[in-house]
Amino acid sequence: MTPRSPWHPWAMLAPTLALLVVFFVFPIGVAAWESVFSWDLLTPPRYVGAANYRALMEHGELLRIALRTLGYSGIVVLGTMSLGLAMALLVNRPGRFFGVVRASIFSAYVVSWVAVALLWMGLLERRGGSVLGDPRWALPALAFVGIWKLAGYAMILFLAGLQAVPPSLLEAAALDGAGPWARFRHVTLPLLLPTAAFVATTTLITSFQAFDVVRIMTQGGPGRATELFVYAIYEQVFLDLRVGRASALTVVFFAMLLALSALQLRAWRGRGAAAR
Amino acid sequence: MIAQVRPVWPYVAGILAAAAWVGPYAWIVATSFKTLPEIVAHPAALLPEHLDLGAYREVFAAMPVGRYMAVTIGMAATIATAQVALALPAGYALAKLRFAGRRFAFATVLACLLVPAQATFVPVFLMFARLRLIDTMTALVLPFAASAFGTFLVRQSLLSVPDEIIEAARMDGAGEWTIVYRILAPMLRPTLVSLFLVSFVFHFNDYFWPLVMTTGDAVRTLPLGVALLREQGTGVRWHIVMAGNVVLSAPVLALFAVAQKQLLRAVRG
Repeated sequence: MTPRSPWHPWAMLAPTLALLVVFFVFPIGVAAWESVFSWDLLTPPRYVGAANYRALMEHGELLRIALRTLGYSGIVVLGTMSLGLAMALLVNRPGRFFGVVRASIFSAYVVSWVAVALLWMGLLERRGGSVLGDPRWALPALAFVGIWKLAGYAMILFLAGLQAVPPSLLEAAALDGAGPWARFRHVTLPLLLPTAAFVATTTLITSFQAFDVVRIMTQGGPGRATELFVYAIYEQVFLDLRVGRASALTVVFFAMLLALSALQLRAWRGRGAAAR
Repeated sequence: MIAQVRPVWPYVAGILAAAAWVGPYAWIVATSFKTLPEIVAHPAALLPEHLDLGAYREVFAAMPVGRYMAVTIGMAATIATAQVALALPAGYALAKLRFAGRRFAFATVLACLLVPAQATFVPVFLMFARLRLIDTMTALVLPFAASAFGTFLVRQSLLSVPDEIIEAARMDGAGEWTIVYRILAPMLRPTLVSLFLVSFVFHFNDYFWPLVMTTGDAVRTLPLGVALLREQGTGVRWHIVMAGNVVLSAPVLALFAVAQKQLLRAVRG
């Protein structure tokens, strides 16, 4: 439609665009700029070229942070998806009882990460407290907490996917003599693939940004066993006062996130196509 | 027709599943009513001997619960309101108006969907520090007053509203702002309610942004206060932390109980 006055569209968009540019577009540019300086917030910044990136690469620190974050995300994605699908299959039944079960599982997704992190910290500590202090088990323990929190989200999406499976297809397969497992394997599962791709990528991106569980449960420890990307950036700025180093980490973090988002866009298209 | 016998196993599995999620909450509540001797007792009893309110009293003594709650609710409600109020005209312009630069404006909104606060907090912190806005409500609210996701959502829903409705309103002499806020907003009610609720719950729960944008107590939010209970905590005083956890989680769970449908709708998309 034609706007009544040429400035109307811009007047309507101005507040939104201005805020988004100032707080989301511009800061990425600033991070890239700051990443070639060395700055401790006290003395003036000093241009150092690629030194921040080189320092991060030197001892394999950057690689370790990236792999650790991807490892955490991988466990969370696999766990959330399998548990979410299993729960969706279980509660995809009529009646109040399963409605209550659904709500119970989903409620963890609604509650604050702070509450969830403190809760599991308390429960794990009661059991001797060795899990979060063990370099081998601390990261899987955090991933377990992530799975517990996110499974309800995956369940709700899988449930919507399951309910979109046409009953006629399942009946036809049953008439052809397909048992429950064969029906699931050859009818339901292929139709759930777009949903699965969507759940996988959104969970991947969410868990790649994990911070709260680390800050509250382990502070990156023991050693650096649970130092994930965002926590590493946070440490560089607020504990080590290294703005340049933190900015370089931010740039790499954002680049990796963009790569993961490219995966997500492909999955979204798949889901949109399936909905049509 | 032959009556089918309903299998029992889904009910057993359902009870186990519900217990895996509700059980931990029950543990929070039970622990919050215990006393220190009960907390350190080995083996710990499942339930408190009696409902002791000592832990709650300690929480209220350790932090100004009312003020933190007011700050948190005020912050979350302001953000959610601003997001809805700004997304409506922006989404309208993107969905319904033809103008040079529309594709560019829409691309900017889409691009911002890909940028989380975790990737912007270092520059934004430095900017607010330079403006002396750390520890202010502005630093908590302003970066989220506009939502790329909300704008996108409103734009998508408006695409399915026929142009004729807007044309008819214009013929009747309604101004553009009247059309947006008085005619289209009520039509999008379910979408806007979902957007408001999701945004409110997210920012009420948020720990990351208030943590990096505050250094002191001036605008401390409830999640920060509760997490601090643990940090100041002398190790084993879990009953106090869990009492704080009850205070933090109860409002959101109550909201979930009331508005389950709207929240689920928003997740399903």
